Amino acid sequence: MSSVVLSQLLLGLINGSFYALLSLGLALIFGLMKIVNFAHGALYMLGALLAWLMLEKLGLGYGWALLLSPLVIGGLSALVEIGLIRRLRHLDPLYGLLLTFGLALLIQALAVMKYGTSGQPYPVPKFLVGADNLGFMILPRYRMWVITASIVVCLAVWAVIEKTRLGSTLRAAAENPRLLEAFGVSVPRLVTATYAFGGALAAFAGVLAAPMQQVRPLMGVDIIIVVFAVVTVGGLGSIGGSIITGFALGIAEGFT
Amino acid sequence: MVRRIAILTLTSALALACNKDKGEGGGEKGGEGKGEGKVTAETGTAGEKSGAGAAGIRIGVLTDMSGLYADLSGEGSVEAAKMAVEEAGGKVAGKTIEVISADHRNKPDVGSAVARRWLENEGVDVIVDVPTSSVALAVNELTRAQNKVFIASGPASADLTGKACSPNTVHWTYDTWALANGTGGEVVRSGGKTWFFITADYAFGQALERDVTKVVTEAGGKVLGGVKHPLNNTDFSSFLMQAQGSKAQVIGLANAGGDTINTIKQAAEFGLGKSGQKLAGLLVFISDVHALGLDVAGGLMLTTAFYWDHDDGTREWSKKFAARHDGKMPTMVQAGVYAGVRHYLKAVAEAGDESDGRKVVEAMKKIPTDDPLFGKGTIDANGRKRHPVYLYQVKTKDESKAPWDYYKLVREIPADQAFNDPAKTGCSLVAGAAAPADAKGAADAKGDAKGAADAKGDAKGDAKSGTK
Repeated sequence: MSSVVLSQLLLGLINGSFYALLSLGLALIFGLMKIVNFAHGALYMLGALLAWLMLEKLGLGYGWALLLSPLVIGGLSALVEIGLIRRLRHLDPLYGLLLTFGLALLIQALAVMKYGTSGQPYPVPKFLVGADNLGFMILPRYRMWVITASIVVCLAVWAVIEKTRLGSTLRAAAENPRLLEAFGVSVPRLVTATYAFGGALAAFAGVLAAPMQQVRPLMGVDIIIVVFAVVTVGGLGSIGGSIITGFALGIAEGFT
Repeated sequence: MVRRIAILTLTSALALACNKDKGEGGGEKGGEGKGEGKVTAETGTAGEKSGAGAAGIRIGVLTDMSGLYADLSGEGSVEAAKMAVEEAGGKVAGKTIEVISADHRNKPDVGSAVARRWLENEGVDVIVDVPTSSVALAVNELTRAQNKVFIASGPASADLTGKACSPNTVHWTYDTWALANGTGGEVVRSGGKTWFFITADYAFGQALERDVTKVVTEAGGKVLGGVKHPLNNTDFSSFLMQAQGSKAQVIGLANAGGDTINTIKQAAEFGLGKSGQKLAGLLVFISDVHALGLDVAGGLMLTTAFYWDHDDGTREWSKKFAARHDGKMPTMVQAGVYAGVRHYLKAVAEAGDESDGRKVVEAMKKIPTDDPLFGKGTIDANGRKRHPVYLYQVKTKDESKAPWDYYKLVREIPADQAFNDPAKTGCSLVAGAAAPADAKGAADAKGDAKGAADAKGDAKGDAKSGTK
């Protein structure tokens, strides 16, 4: 009996890893910009798609994808922020929501047109192939890596936000941007960087997910609905809340 | 302010969730915009038709354009229908033929709203394809009520020619009985006596599990348990864990398309094959194998009514098809759409009039079928198209010599054994058959169709118009 509990707990943690990574980015963006980034799922999908393209067209493996894909998607997000979202800053948040929602639909539709809905296979990287018998369950090595990577990244981001000077600047920008500007900090640049970082986190999660499922244009939309609930339950904009709720929901799902 | 945004977020997420099965806003939203203008033009023709009474024959391809079954049917099915029409010269019995299409998003309410609009207002004479059994059962009732024709290629549920059978329906390509008999029978015979099912929780999955269970128990095997998952699921690990824990020799996958792809992929990751358990994909399409790659799919057994590399006839047609469809080889569903439309047009020429659906289907049953893809065949009284089906094994990477060279033949199941005996299906159309114990399946589908009336507005503008 206990082996069933343990194995479902672990499986829950794996799903929770993705919820946590995605809701973390969403919470960051929301905290600073007060924008609910509906394009987050699409960025997650693009991250995975880019990993597949790099492997297929350029022969760059998993490690490169883990590094480059977030960078590229982060850059793309920065462009979106500068070119589109920034222009809506003084309007009702509803406009930002509509814009990102529209972007998500657009990106997904383009991907479906180009790649179909069945998706592309992305192999598990060679050094993580195989599964270990933990006694109570057989756990694929790759999934173990996913849990580790996700927890490390989540903790690192949390530490940066809560414990460093950069983090306090970010929090100050969320609290009172005008006062912060008076201190000579460029808030718009901070906003762009935050949005780009949120996008990069989504892409990172996408690359992590690629070997576990097909790289499909619809993968983002399947997960993002849950993630929105996580962010809301975790207290909109709260970093720690999002991480904890993400993992907790994954575990709750495992048991039900 | 934060509260307001929270509410907004949750409502939008809900809206998204409702959209989810249909394969995500993206596809159909884009399609809508594109379709709108053409729909108007289309309605014009429909008006002309009812006005003048002359005009042509309209074929409506109702399919999944954006969801998990889009690659095995979708645009490819539309292309296949167009190919059949073009071969007939775009005309039959002096009337022009037009192919239109729409996305049913795998939802019975959306599908029947489109079908109703087509049949009642837009002069569609025959609806073809309709993957997703739940949608197909609803369309089956609508075409019966409106006395039009339904040629089912995409759906699997054997109920279409069983308790829900209709004098207006021909079920062309395959069904759950044939799959159970093919893959299920073969696996039991080769020693897989204990089973565990991972089943898609809707009409199709349930029908397939039921039919395979029957085959397994009749052969002396035993079903140890099963688990049902929602349509369009991503993570199968906890289901696979349960399957592993059941210690069953065979894990039967009663799902399809994207769901099957993810189950097989994750089963490989969890090393299910290595622990001695065998995976039986009960419905695997060539588009699934293509998406999985031979590394993962190699060795799988599958039942199919059509494989492009079967003989000269299938090769010639498939290459033509691939040239028009991004180099992708046809699935059996797409092949069935072509062959079904081709035979329908022959029947219309014979009956001389497309307006009476029952008469056309009678003609379809009377003329023997003959096409390069399924060979010579017949249509049973219950609407079941009868042809051989084949048990194939997916080649390993080393065995595959060319792109799309995926299957090797294990066994041919001749036409008379491939599908259920009509007298045993419980179909009321078959003379001498026991009256169907209950018309529940039909009644369910009717309920679905009714509910769909409310969804009419929702589906407007989904239609995309093709030409000729």
